[in-house]
Amino acid sequence: MNLAFRDIRRNRLRFALTVLGVGMLLGVVIAMTGIYEGALTDALALPRGEHAALWVVQPRTFGPFAEPSRIPRDTRDLIRRMPGVAAAGAVTFQTVQSTTAAGRPVRLYLEGYEPGRPGGPPPLVAGHGLTESHYQVVVDASSHLKLGTRVLLGPYRDPYTVVGLTHGMVSSAGEPLAWVNLLDAQALQFDVPPALERRERAAGRTPPTTTDVNAVLVRLEPGVSALSVAHDISRWKHLAAVPEAREETYLTLFVIQKMQKQLGMFMTILTAVSAVIIALIIYTLTMDKVRSIATLKFIGAPDRTIVGLIVQQALTIGIMGYGIGLALIVLGKAYFPRRVQLEPFDLAVVLLIVIVVCLAGSVLSIRAALKVDPAEALASG
Amino acid sequence: MDDGLQDVPQARIELRGISKHFGEGSTRVDALVDIELTVGAGEIIGLLGPSGSGKSTLLNVIGCVSEPDAGWMRLDGELVYDTRWLRADRRRLRLTKIGFIFQTHNLLPFLNATENVAEVMELAGLSRHQARMSANALLDYLEVGHRRQAFPGEMSGGEAQRVAIARALANNPRIILADEPTAPLDSARAHIVMDLLSRIAKDHQAAVLVVTHDEAIFQRFDRLVSLRDGRLVAT
Ligand SMILES: Nc1ncnc2c1ncn2[C@@H]1O[C@H](COP(=O)(O)OP(=O)(O)OP(=O)(O)O)[C@@H](O)[C@H]1O
Ligand SMILES: [Mg+2]
Repeated sequence: MNLAFRDIRRNRLRFALTVLGVGMLLGVVIAMTGIYEGALTDALALPRGEHAALWVVQPRTFGPFAEPSRIPRDTRDLIRRMPGVAAAGAVTFQTVQSTTAAGRPVRLYLEGYEPGRPGGPPPLVAGHGLTESHYQVVVDASSHLKLGTRVLLGPYRDPYTVVGLTHGMVSSAGEPLAWVNLLDAQALQFDVPPALERRERAAGRTPPTTTDVNAVLVRLEPGVSALSVAHDISRWKHLAAVPEAREETYLTLFVIQKMQKQLGMFMTILTAVSAVIIALIIYTLTMDKVRSIATLKFIGAPDRTIVGLIVQQALTIGIMGYGIGLALIVLGKAYFPRRVQLEPFDLAVVLLIVIVVCLAGSVLSIRAALKVDPAEALASG
Repeated sequence: MDDGLQDVPQARIELRGISKHFGEGSTRVDALVDIELTVGAGEIIGLLGPSGSGKSTLLNVIGCVSEPDAGWMRLDGELVYDTRWLRADRRRLRLTKIGFIFQTHNLLPFLNATENVAEVMELAGLSRHQARMSANALLDYLEVGHRRQAFPGEMSGGEAQRVAIARALANNPRIILADEPTAPLDSARAHIVMDLLSRIAKDHQAAVLVVTHDEAIFQRFDRLVSLRDGRLVAT
């Protein structure tokens, strides 16, 4: 006869509420792991989607994502002519805060690229790519913009028409990605009002020009070593050439690390809070049963029966709570503002932690229960 | 076995020189003083005495729940205490040899009647199925078979008490200790319970020790003993 489950059966409602509470708590922990993984996936979606072997950027920078990088556009032709290079494309990146023609605010992470060269959106889920050299934009569906919507971009609020949609492409900050023609993007990023340009020149400075770009993406001939081409580029062209993998490292190391640390911190705190709460719940459940425990000892039940009662209830609360938490997140993850990516490994680790927490939480209760004097069963009341 | 002690083969409970006190100094209470008591197989004995005279303490000592200070004690022929506990597994002893009927029923609140009785049988090694069958037979015998599915909180005091008696008898104990078992019962039911305890004593050759204040059942005992300030006195 399983005492733990019979006690639960007898106190169904109370138990259900307890499990629901623990479930919501564990749901938040599970969501945190999902957001943690999602942040990583989001941050890497852009560099991975470019399928470039090398990123050519301004020397002595960790650009273009970790810090600004500016190089002349003709770099692309220099690089293209190097041995082993199959294709090169100039790109720009910037965040824009704007509105649709209807006045709805939109925030986008904009990539300017040259159609037909490395760079640009991954395969579209709707619409088509840029067919004209101006005023068209491809956006990610997470922006909630529709095909045909017009977005006002740049200092002159030029209307750009949404012609294509991607799916699941956001920046490391979670902004939907958008793509425009490089020429448009350069104008948006570097166009300086004439008055300011005159002032800059009068001060002896070179104003930014619309012929600058942020990076050049390089694809190589089959069998060519990325490292040796990178070496040649830095040696002969005085530019930094970063292999794709290292560009990903910059993103994880410099750009999203703080956020991940923060998430990790939250996860640690939440796990600790869950541990304390689960231990308290189990302790309370045990203390409510002191008389029954005394009676069990009195009638001759071995300690193993009493320990089993407590541990089974603790694990039931933990595992059912975990199941409810997981179900809540699976059902609700589409409504989260950022990508929630549940990884089997993370879920297994959380489950393991829950089990350990339940067992650790039971220790206090077990110690208390084993100290209960069987004679207490005799006390009237 | 030659321990120099007088051998009483038919004795189920033997206490010699058992003493127990609580507290120290000005708060010291001598709850049991030099108790000499023998209860034979098949004997049913009434234990009388005013409140605070040590009746419950004596049952706890015999039930191996409280440790005495001095003396020795033999249960069902086994020497279990001789100025110290001699048996490590006293719970097992309670489970298989001693049936306890409490002043209040002390059933497990989350088990129904059948489960409360079957639990101790399972703990003693019976299969779940066997335990349930025997438990139900015992409940029928005690005329609470119709309340099998009821939980203690849903039973009357008398029903709960009879379920508790069924539990005490579940493993056919050689020793039955009852602390005012008939207190929550009307006189007709009290007599049924006494009939049952007498029959158990005779049929199973058990020693039955019953604490009671109920004069109506005094004549049902083979013998009456009285406690006063922790000492056994002639009745
Ligand atoms: N755990 C304890 N700690 C201290 N004193 C105790 C303890 N248990 C019993 N006593 C004392 O020992 C004495 C005997 O108590 P006991 O409970 O055996 O009496 P009793 O004869 O069963 O009384 P009643 O008829 O009221 O149940 C009393 O003076 C009581 O106060
Ligand atoms: Mg008493």
